[in-house]
Amino acid sequence: MRNKKTPGQKLKEYTRTPGSMILMILVLLSAVITFSVLLFLIAYILINGVPHLTLELFSWTYTSENASMLPSIINTLVVTFLSLLIAVPLGIFSAIYLVEYAKRGNKLVKVIRLTTETLSGIPSIVYGLFGALFFVTALKWGYSLLAGALTLSIMILPLIMRTTEEALKSVPDSFREGSFGLGAGKLRTVFRIVLPSAIPGILAGVILAVGRIVGETAALIYTAGAVANVPSSIMGSGSTLAVHMYNLSREGLYMDQAYAVSVILLLLVLLINWGSGALAKKLTKGK
Amino acid sequence: MKKHKEQIMQAVFFLAACASILAVALICLFLFVNGIPAMKEIGLFKFLLGTRWKPGNNIYGILPMIMGSIYVTAGAIIIGVPIGILTSVFMAEYCPKKIYPFLKSATELLAGIPSVVYGFFGLVVLVPFVRELFQKGNGSSMLTAAVLLGIMILPTIIGVSESALRAVPRSYYEGSLALGATHERSIFMVMLPAAKSGVIAGVVLGVGRAIGETMAVVMVAGNQARMPAGILRGVRTMTSNIVLEMGYAADLHREALIATGVVLFVFILIINFCVALLNKGDGSHA
Repeated sequence: MRNKKTPGQKLKEYTRTPGSMILMILVLLSAVITFSVLLFLIAYILINGVPHLTLELFSWTYTSENASMLPSIINTLVVTFLSLLIAVPLGIFSAIYLVEYAKRGNKLVKVIRLTTETLSGIPSIVYGLFGALFFVTALKWGYSLLAGALTLSIMILPLIMRTTEEALKSVPDSFREGSFGLGAGKLRTVFRIVLPSAIPGILAGVILAVGRIVGETAALIYTAGAVANVPSSIMGSGSTLAVHMYNLSREGLYMDQAYAVSVILLLLVLLINWGSGALAKKLTKGK
Repeated sequence: MKKHKEQIMQAVFFLAACASILAVALICLFLFVNGIPAMKEIGLFKFLLGTRWKPGNNIYGILPMIMGSIYVTAGAIIIGVPIGILTSVFMAEYCPKKIYPFLKSATELLAGIPSVVYGFFGLVVLVPFVRELFQKGNGSSMLTAAVLLGIMILPTIIGVSESALRAVPRSYYEGSLALGATHERSIFMVMLPAAKSGVIAGVVLGVGRAIGETMAVVMVAGNQARMPAGILRGVRTMTSNIVLEMGYAADLHREALIATGVVLFVFILIINFCVALLNKGDGSHA
């Protein structure tokens, strides 16, 4: 496409235009800074954290002698499951309405888009405040996994809506026309034809949402609470892994354990990113 | 029967779509209803412009926190924006095709790392580093928070401005080269100005992320509730104020914290509005 220049020619050109050379150096320098910060962060946490990953940290109960993280991992799974249980159907159904049913130029659609954009810009601490005011205080649930999960389900709703919308839009119209042509109704077309073809994209979004839930702290401290053990029901208080890590590092007494938890969190995020990326790739390949 | 099913499901989809409207309405309602009375009781000006926050003496002025948020965010912009935009230029115009997928997923990873992990990294690496470097204070400072936030907003800025750069027609670049401009000149004089509104939208989104960030800031900023007094001194932001004291606050103190949340929320709404405006401007161009 472009005429290839030899490195010598390039160098000569740059010596003639020092301004360009400086800009190029700045660009390269910035890229090096960005990626080496990431590498350093991951390497630092892995190198310092892996030695602290001991078996005792995975025992069933948390005590002040043994800051086990297994209860928090279980809480994280429960909260993730509950939030997805609410946000995924809601998000997918809203996206179906926006893509398949809503008419163009519908006023309500504009309002829905505005509100989802607003939701996706709200910081997690404001969600946490809302959860504390609404679920914990007004509904009198107290600090509970359910209150935390519902708060998070509102937080991830815009993410699931957006990714599902994009996935639905990427399904070619000919699929729908073919289905209608064969006599299927709108509902049947949506559930049998459009949704199945959009599944990789939707799943990629769901996995990203899991990543946000796993990493969330500020929205959970005052909704799900910070008790480091597994509660007897979802109406009890329990800390997720990220909240647990914040508590450990705040007290300053459990730095080793905090290192270990950060390794687990980092590995989870790596796994989640890889999974979501692989699914998204599958979607584009299928086209 | 079949007709009924279609109609029922359409209604279900419609109701689901209204959930986000309901959520925003509830959030606004609960924040404002719980926060505004406190502002009234304290006095709006006393609350917003008061320079002292002493819950023990019933003095609630959040100017130190507002200034803290603004200073820390400004610091994050000074550090994050140039590096972010230049990295996005690298991603769009310099990066060899072979390593691009790796770097792209690296920026996504940067976005996916939880803020507590960033905060922890700041606590164990940046705080001691700043302490040793300047030999002053204990390292938990405005500077530390700004550097950490600068790193945290990088993926937002890189992602948005890279796609803005890629949306500029290739012919702009080629035309500029044909006129004898160098690769760099074409990028910085032609491509970047053409992608301006997208790049600015990315920066504004980054500002939103920085001002709303809580956990990472709490862990490295020192959190003293007084007017910011220098980049090596501790600051407290609005977000930290809420997270630090919400656990034990009661009565007017609790309401004052909620009112802090309201002020933060208004800041975020203004930022969202700016992003929407910028995106709109972008759309009419295309």
